[in-house]
Amino acid sequence: MIRLEHLTKVFGDPQRGVLAVDDVSLELPAGEICVLLGPSGCGKTTTMKMINRLIEPTSGRIFIDGRDTTQTDPIRLRRSIGYVIQQIGLFPNKTVADNICVVPDLLGWDRRKARKRAGELLELVGMAPATFLDRFPKELSGGQQQRVGVLRALAADPPVMLMDEPFGAIDPINREVIQDEFLRMQQTLRKTIIFVSHDLDEAVKMADKIAIFRAGRLEQFASPDELLARPANGFIESFLGSDRALKRLRLVTVADAMVAGHDAVRGDDPLDRAAELIRASGHPGVVAVDAEGRPEGWFSLPDGGGSTASRQPLRATVSTATDLRNAVALMFAHDMPLLPCVDDAGKLAGVLTYRSVVKSLATGAPE
Amino acid sequence: MEILRFMVENLGLIGERAVEHISIVFVAVTIAVVTAVPIGIAITLSKSAADVVLYFASMMITVPSIALFGLMIPLLSPIGHGIGYVPAVIAVILYSQLPIIRNTYTAIANVDPALREAARGMGMSTFQRLRQVEIPLAVPVIMAGIRTAVVMNIAVTAIAAYIGAGGLGTFISRGISQSDPRQLVTGAVAVSLLAIAADLFLALVQRLLTSRGIASEAPA
Repeated sequence: MIRLEHLTKVFGDPQRGVLAVDDVSLELPAGEICVLLGPSGCGKTTTMKMINRLIEPTSGRIFIDGRDTTQTDPIRLRRSIGYVIQQIGLFPNKTVADNICVVPDLLGWDRRKARKRAGELLELVGMAPATFLDRFPKELSGGQQQRVGVLRALAADPPVMLMDEPFGAIDPINREVIQDEFLRMQQTLRKTIIFVSHDLDEAVKMADKIAIFRAGRLEQFASPDELLARPANGFIESFLGSDRALKRLRLVTVADAMVAGHDAVRGDDPLDRAAELIRASGHPGVVAVDAEGRPEGWFSLPDGGGSTASRQPLRATVSTATDLRNAVALMFAHDMPLLPCVDDAGKLAGVLTYRSVVKSLATGAPE
Repeated sequence: MEILRFMVENLGLIGERAVEHISIVFVAVTIAVVTAVPIGIAITLSKSAADVVLYFASMMITVPSIALFGLMIPLLSPIGHGIGYVPAVIAVILYSQLPIIRNTYTAIANVDPALREAARGMGMSTFQRLRQVEIPLAVPVIMAGIRTAVVMNIAVTAIAAYIGAGGLGTFISRGISQSDPRQLVTGAVAVSLLAIAADLFLALVQRLLTSRGIASEAPA
């Protein structure tokens, strides 16, 4: 658990200096990721660096698991907090193993135990220890360096991690892969993480909580869904962008947005049954299922408003676990105003329509 | 031919002089490394201190060696070392300061700030950061400074023959005073070969001290 209380930082003269962080208070429960988000110069990085005392606060206090950080020797404090920086900062003169083991070595761990742990960590991110332990940073690709940078912060198993735009230096494709990998690791590691970013999409993806900063002030501290649904003021609204509704798509699963209990047509139904069901439901069509309840096609009424439904080929279905962003992309790509949603067994669980998507976004995040 | 014969006949003497020569340079540069490297590191903490120190060290090497030897005679005579080994060693120490301080300062000051930040953020003390990160990264450039100092001072030490410090310069000074080209050429060739050999040897040391992780970036 991390708690910031009235944290303030003035660079230079306390009276006339630059106010970088202005009375920031927030509380992050253990095991959650908090993304500090905002334009450059908004105080997010300064706030993060005050937590491991790379920057000393002018006033205010910071508690980690209830302990005031100013009561701990800064060097001991930093060794107990994982630290990842944007430039990665692997030591080029040290091997991958020695880089990962920097903090364990500083803490005086048994050398062999530390090296064994380095190997285990490399396996976590799919890098073969036998190949990589003895390599030097310059012999790694950018993505591999980034991974080692994160592993180095994890090596001594600190409960708290600070990550300063940790995935900023890699190309967008690799960034997605590493973000997913990191989220998967976080599911078992449950670290309490302060994560600095200026990328809203990254924040929405990674965060349990987002803290939006402007000119040193904390403007809003909320879950991504709540933030996108209810921005606290005009600045945040413009920072989130006019497409913030689309950004929320990623946070909602198909299961939450679909219309469940769809009345489907079966192979042995009479022909006009389809048109009847479409008119009754108000949906743009109706799904046809086979004997096992698996979708095999769909019917729609002709554009002019004729009375006979015509059968359309099934160009796509979507799993209920998918996020709405991908589901909507499928609807667009295949021109399907009605997208059948299937469960793990491939059986029809419901349908997604444009209207149901809009409705799920309009209802907003739970309070 | 005559010169070659002289060299072969005097191999023993050449060896003796070479040992004297090496002893002056080795002792002096070792002392210089022990003083100049810490100075070079210390002045990275303050730009103005660095300017002052580098200014004085630069002035030092503009003083001609023969003038420096002359200046030291009255200064060191009271302790009985106006000429000979001691002033030669002192001169080499002084001349070595600039290349070693300057290279150490440049190398440490140019360590990527991201690495310094990573080291601090992970909980290294200043000393641990120097020992584990900054000095290992600076080794190639510091060694380049030491090589410059050694090569330069092998030449300075040749002049020290004039104040009776011995060394290979003795052949040169006698060759001049006795108008004997055999001794003159022998001295000149021996000093050059010694400089080349010392530089190659230090290049090898540099390679051994440099981490494989930064080896290809090291200046030759």
